[in-house]
Amino acid sequence: MQPIITIEGLGKTYPNGFRALNSVDLQIRQGEILALLGPNGAGKTTLISTICGIVNPTQGKVKVGGYDILRDYRNARRLIGLVPQELSTDAFESVWATVSFSRGLFGKAPNPDYIEQLLRQLSLWDKKDAKIRELSGGMKRRVMIAKALSHEPEILFLDEPTAGVDVELRKDMWQMVRQLRERGVTIILTTHYIEEAEEMADRIGVIDHGELMLVEQKTQLMAKLGQKQLRLHLQTPLEQLPEQLDGFSLELCEQGSMLLYNYDSQQPSHIAELLPLLAQQGIEVKDLHTHESSLEEIFVGLVKGAKQ
Amino acid sequence: MNFYGIRAIYRFEMARTWRTLMQSIASPVLSTSLYFIVFGTAIGSRMGEIDGISYGAFIIPGLVMLSLLSESISNASFGIFFPKFSGTIYEVLSAPVSPFEIVTGYVGAAATKSILLGLLILATARIFVDYSIVHPFWMLAFLVLTAVTFSLFGFIIGIWADDFQKLQVIPLMVITPLTFLGGAFYSINMLPEPWQTLTLFNPVVYLISGFRWAFYGVADIHVGISLSMTALFMLICLAVVAWIFRSGYRIRS
Repeated sequence: MQPIITIEGLGKTYPNGFRALNSVDLQIRQGEILALLGPNGAGKTTLISTICGIVNPTQGKVKVGGYDILRDYRNARRLIGLVPQELSTDAFESVWATVSFSRGLFGKAPNPDYIEQLLRQLSLWDKKDAKIRELSGGMKRRVMIAKALSHEPEILFLDEPTAGVDVELRKDMWQMVRQLRERGVTIILTTHYIEEAEEMADRIGVIDHGELMLVEQKTQLMAKLGQKQLRLHLQTPLEQLPEQLDGFSLELCEQGSMLLYNYDSQQPSHIAELLPLLAQQGIEVKDLHTHESSLEEIFVGLVKGAKQ
Repeated sequence: MNFYGIRAIYRFEMARTWRTLMQSIASPVLSTSLYFIVFGTAIGSRMGEIDGISYGAFIIPGLVMLSLLSESISNASFGIFFPKFSGTIYEVLSAPVSPFEIVTGYVGAAATKSILLGLLILATARIFVDYSIVHPFWMLAFLVLTAVTFSLFGFIIGIWADDFQKLQVIPLMVITPLTFLGGAFYSINMLPEPWQTLTLFNPVVYLISGFRWAFYGVADIHVGISLSMTALFMLICLAVVAWIFRSGYRIRS
């Protein structure tokens, strides 16, 4: 499939010498949800801001929908809606006025029906005449999303959409993102909540120190880097492991009452051999369960690995 | 051309004007009325005519200019400074609008507001002083040209300012003195040398002189020179604005 955003060798060095982005290459596919994961200061916001035209790149090229973001900025930007991280809103404007303003700014003819539908969808309709400063933080976040969607963009950037947002709004937002995806909108979100990426994304990119360390299909990423662990609860605690079990990477814990077997989910495991062997040694297993590493564990492992 | 974009910015700025009606219209009208009462009616009645014009009528063009300059600058500078300050500028920067369209929206609204204000002050002046306008077309032309030029200048100040103090310092410390010394209350021919020559370096002299010529047909400086100087200042402002957008100075990192 034709990528909707193509990023080639994108770099940004700020005038003070800080290198926020280091030769990033990335292709974003039409209609996907891409989550950019990374610690604070990793370069996520700089990457988004550069694509959206708020930060000028110092090297490299970005094309949005086939249009160069610098030479053909009008056509490129028309396709994009941006919800920035900061809650920057015009305090004295009404919700209706500010959303209509955004639509006009992006060059679209007024369409009150569409704005109404948008506000209803975001549970903002009964607040349409309220001044923005009267709204709660969560409501302001909804207003910013409405502004970003006011011109019916094909691509939506959500920069830390759920930072400081309560559980209810977060669930609403996930719901909305899924609905947008169904309509074919491409969504790029940054987050440092790994559960968000895990819940939402089709693909996950990990950024640290201005470098895109990897971009993978979420399931592949989890499978590839995922460590699985078999946890065996023993009937009677063991003092030490019998020699016969030396061939397995086993670990004894909880005063010998639990046996941990770590294995790679991509490799064939040796559980089938392990269990009879345990029985042979007279080790009775009371219960067992497996545990798959979450993205968070994968992520922490990656970032640690890069630092070493 | 993104006309909807220009209209959105223009309307947004005008809405701000109506929201702050007292501050943006009523207070300049009130303060100018005070000038007319003090200088026009009270003191003016004891002063002789200047160039055959009663003193009360003589100061009208200068007083209108005084408000026009300071209001154009403060409207336009605040209009662009505040989004920068509150962070809402992100939206304008990420929108498919060209620098020309952005400037047209912001500067157009600021200029509209100060032109309305200028006309309102002229109407108010009528209550206190009797005056005539010999060249109404040129009066309007100077009004519009000055409003646009100084709104551009205000836009530059708004981009340059990174705190509220810087926003105030140019109008207060530069524009107000230049206007008072620019012949708002006297004819520069009344000045002794070397002040008469020095005063020619004050750009506001040309604005007031040209504007007064449109009212009464007499001027300290030939109207052609006044017009050229105003146009020149406008071109300088346009060049600076063009440079700001090309370099991204203080708006795009």
